[in-house]
Amino acid sequence: MKEPANADFSGIKTGVRRSIPIALSVFTYGVSFGVLARQAGLSLVESFLMSSLVFAGASQFVVLEMWTSPLPIIAIIFTTFAINLRHILMSAAISPWFFKIPAWKAYSCLFFLNDETWALTIGESTKGKPIAGFFLGSGLTVFIAWVSATVIGQNLGSAIADPASWGLDFAFTAVFIALLFFLWQGKRNLLPWTVAAIAAIVTARWTTGQWYILLGGLAGSFVGAIRDVD
Amino acid sequence: MSINLTAALVIFGMAIVTYATRVGGLWLMNRFTLSQPIRRWLNHIPGAIMISIVAPAIINGGIAEFVAGLTTLFAIARTGNLVLAMFTGVTTVWILRNYLHV
Repeated sequence: MKEPANADFSGIKTGVRRSIPIALSVFTYGVSFGVLARQAGLSLVESFLMSSLVFAGASQFVVLEMWTSPLPIIAIIFTTFAINLRHILMSAAISPWFFKIPAWKAYSCLFFLNDETWALTIGESTKGKPIAGFFLGSGLTVFIAWVSATVIGQNLGSAIADPASWGLDFAFTAVFIALLFFLWQGKRNLLPWTVAAIAAIVTARWTTGQWYILLGGLAGSFVGAIRDVD
Repeated sequence: MSINLTAALVIFGMAIVTYATRVGGLWLMNRFTLSQPIRRWLNHIPGAIMISIVAPAIINGGIAEFVAGLTTLFAIARTGNLVLAMFTGVTTVWILRNYLHV
C-alpha cells in the first residue's frame, strides 16, 4: 500500500468550503425525504434518528417504501445492508489515507462516508493534499444538510392532508427514476436492469411484502456481475 | 414527539449495518484484497435495487403512473434537477387522476 504524503486533519475548512454547493443539492433531496417520511408514517423523532444515525439517502428512501405495519424488520435491515454494500468499495478506495491516523479517529471519520464526500475526496487526493481533514469537513457539511433538511421536510409534510389526491404517492417513484437517470452508464446497465425489473415485477405480482426489491436487486446485480466476467 | 419501540429497533439495526459497510472497506483492506468478481457485483447493486422499486410501480400501476414515469424521465433528462423531476411526476399523476380520471 502506497503511503499518502500527509495523513493529517489540516484540510477541514477546505472540505467544508468545497462541499457547500453539493450540500445544497443534498438539502433539497433531504427535504423530499422528510416529506415522504411523514407520509410513510414516521414520527419526527423517528425520521430525525434515521437521518442522523443511518445517514444514507438511497437506503432511507427505499426503506420508506417498506415502512408498513407490522414492520418487516429483517427485510428492512437486510435491504439497507444490500443497498449500502457499495460503501465497502468506497472506503476501500480511500483506506490508504486512513491507515496512518489513529484507528479510533479513522473509524469515527468513516461514519460520515457518503457518495458526494467520497467523490470530492477522491478528487482532492489526486492533488497530493492531506485528505482525512478534507473528508471530515465535507462529511460533516453533507451530514448537517441532510439531517436539517429531513426535519424541515417532515414539518412541511404536515401541511399535506391527503397525499394521493395530490399525486404525492408518486413522489417516491419519481425520485428513483431521477436517481436511475444519474446511475445510467449506457449499454452495460441494460441487461442487469432488465433482469432486475422483470424479477421485481413478477415477484411483486405473486408475493406480498417488499421482498421484490431485494429479489430484483440480487437477480440484477448477479447477472450484471456474471456478464462482466465474459 | 413519539417513537415506536419496533421502529427504534429497526432504525438502530439499519444504523449498525450501514456503519459496518462504511468501515468495512478499511477493515478489509487492512487484511485482504477484494476480488474482481466481488467488486463487479457490488457495483451493480444500487442500480438493480432502484430499478426493482420503479418497475413494479410503473408496470403494475395504472395509466397515470406509466405516463408520469415518462414525464419524470423527460424532466430529469432535460434539467438534471431532482426536485423539478419529482414535481413533474407528481403533477402529471395529479392531473391525470383528477381531471382525466385514469
